[in-house]
Amino acid sequence: MSAPSVAEPKETRLRGTSREVVIGHRHRFCVIGERINPTGRRIFQEQLRAGDLSAIERDVKAQVEGGADVLDVNMGVPLTDEPELLRKAVQMVQSLTDLPICIDSSVVEALEAGLSVYQGRALVNSITAEDERMAAVLPLVKKYGAAVIALPNDHDEIPMDADKRLVLAEKIIRVATQEYGLDAADIVIDPLAMPIGADTTTSLVTMETMRRIRDQFGVNMTCGASNISFGMPARHTLNAVWLPMAMASGLTSAIMDARTPQVVDAVKAADVFLGHDDWGMSWISAHRAKQAATA
Amino acid sequence: MTSSPEEILRGLFDETLVGNAPRVLELTEEGLALGMEPQTLLFEALIPSLEEVGARFERGDFFVPEMLIAGRAMAGAMERLRPLLAETGVETVGKFVMGTVKGDVHDIGKNLVNIMLEGAGFEVIDLGVQVAPEKFVSAIEEHHPDIVGFSAFLTTTMPMFKANMNALEKAGLRDSVVVMVGGAPVTQEYADAVGADGYAADASATVKKAKALLHEKRAKVTA
Repeated sequence: MSAPSVAEPKETRLRGTSREVVIGHRHRFCVIGERINPTGRRIFQEQLRAGDLSAIERDVKAQVEGGADVLDVNMGVPLTDEPELLRKAVQMVQSLTDLPICIDSSVVEALEAGLSVYQGRALVNSITAEDERMAAVLPLVKKYGAAVIALPNDHDEIPMDADKRLVLAEKIIRVATQEYGLDAADIVIDPLAMPIGADTTTSLVTMETMRRIRDQFGVNMTCGASNISFGMPARHTLNAVWLPMAMASGLTSAIMDARTPQVVDAVKAADVFLGHDDWGMSWISAHRAKQAATA
Repeated sequence: MTSSPEEILRGLFDETLVGNAPRVLELTEEGLALGMEPQTLLFEALIPSLEEVGARFERGDFFVPEMLIAGRAMAGAMERLRPLLAETGVETVGKFVMGTVKGDVHDIGKNLVNIMLEGAGFEVIDLGVQVAPEKFVSAIEEHHPDIVGFSAFLTTTMPMFKANMNALEKAGLRDSVVVMVGGAPVTQEYADAVGADGYAADASATVKKAKALLHEKRAKVTA
C-alpha cells in the first residue's frame, strides 16, 4: 500500500524594490502587516480624504520594526478616488521600505493603478471564485507578473464546510492556470478564517480546509488572522494561539497585526517547532537584537 | 413548580441574560401555565433582559458570544409566544426588513443586528445576503416595515445603498419607510451621502438608533 500522494509544496516569490520574500510550506511564516488600512480608523480616513498620506510613514516604520515581511496596503475610503490614493500609497510605501507589498482593494481600477506603479513582484488582494471577479483581476495579475490571494467563496455564500471550500479552491486554481496562464505557485488561497465568537465550530472547519488544500494542491495560504478574535476579550492571546495552530495545519502566511510582539513572537516560535527556522538561528538572533536594544 | 409570577419574571430575566435557552423556555411555559399574559413575559422580562445584554456589550462587559446565546434564548421563548401575541393583537415595537446588499455575501454582522433588534421587540424579516434592489422593493411592498436596513461589508458593494435608494424612489416607497445602513466600512458621512435616515456602528447602537428613528417618525405622523 502506498502512502496517499501529497502535492509538492509550492513557493510564492514576492519582490519589493530590492528584497525578495518567499512564501512556502518549508519556509518561515510570512507576516503580512495589516495596518495600512483605513477601515475603522476615522482620523486616518479623514486625512486620506484630504489627500494627507503622512500617517503611512509611521505605520510602515512600526510594522517593519515589528517583523513584517510584506505590507498590505489598502486605501478603501468611501467617496474618494481610490485608484489615485492607492497609486500614491504604493509609491510612498516603496520609497520607505524595500519590502514587497500586498495591494489590497475590492476595486479593480484601484488594483490596476497600484500595480502600474509597483516596482517588483506584488501580491494582489484579492479574487473570489466568482467568474466576473476572476475575469476582471486575473489578466492584471498576469500582465504585471504578480501573485494573487483567492477566497474560495462564490456569488451565493461563504461556504461553512471544507468540502465546498475545496471545490471552489480547485476551481480557482484550474481557471487561473488554464484560462489565464498563471502558475499555481502564484495563487495564495485564503481558507476563510471566520470569527470564533460568532460560531465556535468554524475554526476546525478552517483548519481542515488548510490541511486538505496543502495536501491536495501544495499551494500557499494566507488569511486575515485578526478577524478570528472579533468580538472576544483578550484578542492578542487568541490570535497568538490560533496562528501556530493554523501554521501546523498548513497556513504559510497571514495578514496580521505586526505591531504586537505577543502575536509576532508566537509565529516566530512556531517556525522553530515546525522546522522552518534552522537551528532556531532566527529566533536566537531576534533575541540578541532585543537584548541589544534594551541594553 | 410553585413559582410566583414575580419569580418567573426574575428567572426569565436572569436566565435570558446568561443565554440558558432550555431554562428560558421552561420558565415561559411555567408562566403561561400560571395564567401570565404573553406580553407580560415579553415586555417585563425578555426585552429588559436583552436591553441589559446590549448595555453590557456597550460597556465592554459582554462579548459577542454572550450576545448570541442570549439572543438565541430569547428567540426560543419568542417562538412559543409569537402565536399567542398575535392572537391577543399585541403590536411589536416595529417591523424591520433587513438584508445584505447585492454583490455581498457577508452576514455575521447583519445577523448580530437582527438578534439585538428582535431582542428589543422588533419583528425582523431577514432577506439574507445578495439582496437585489427589486427584492428590497417587493419585500417592503409585502411587509410594510417601519424600517429597512441595508448591510454592506465591502467598499465595492456600498454603492448598492444608492442603487437601493433609487429603487425605493422609483417604486414610490421612499417616504413610507425609514432607511438605515451599516457594515464595517460604512460611516456616518457615507450614510448621509446616499441619503439614508440612519447609521449605526454596531448591533447595540443599531437598536438605539432604530428606536429613536421610529419615535421621530411616529411623532411626525401624529403631529
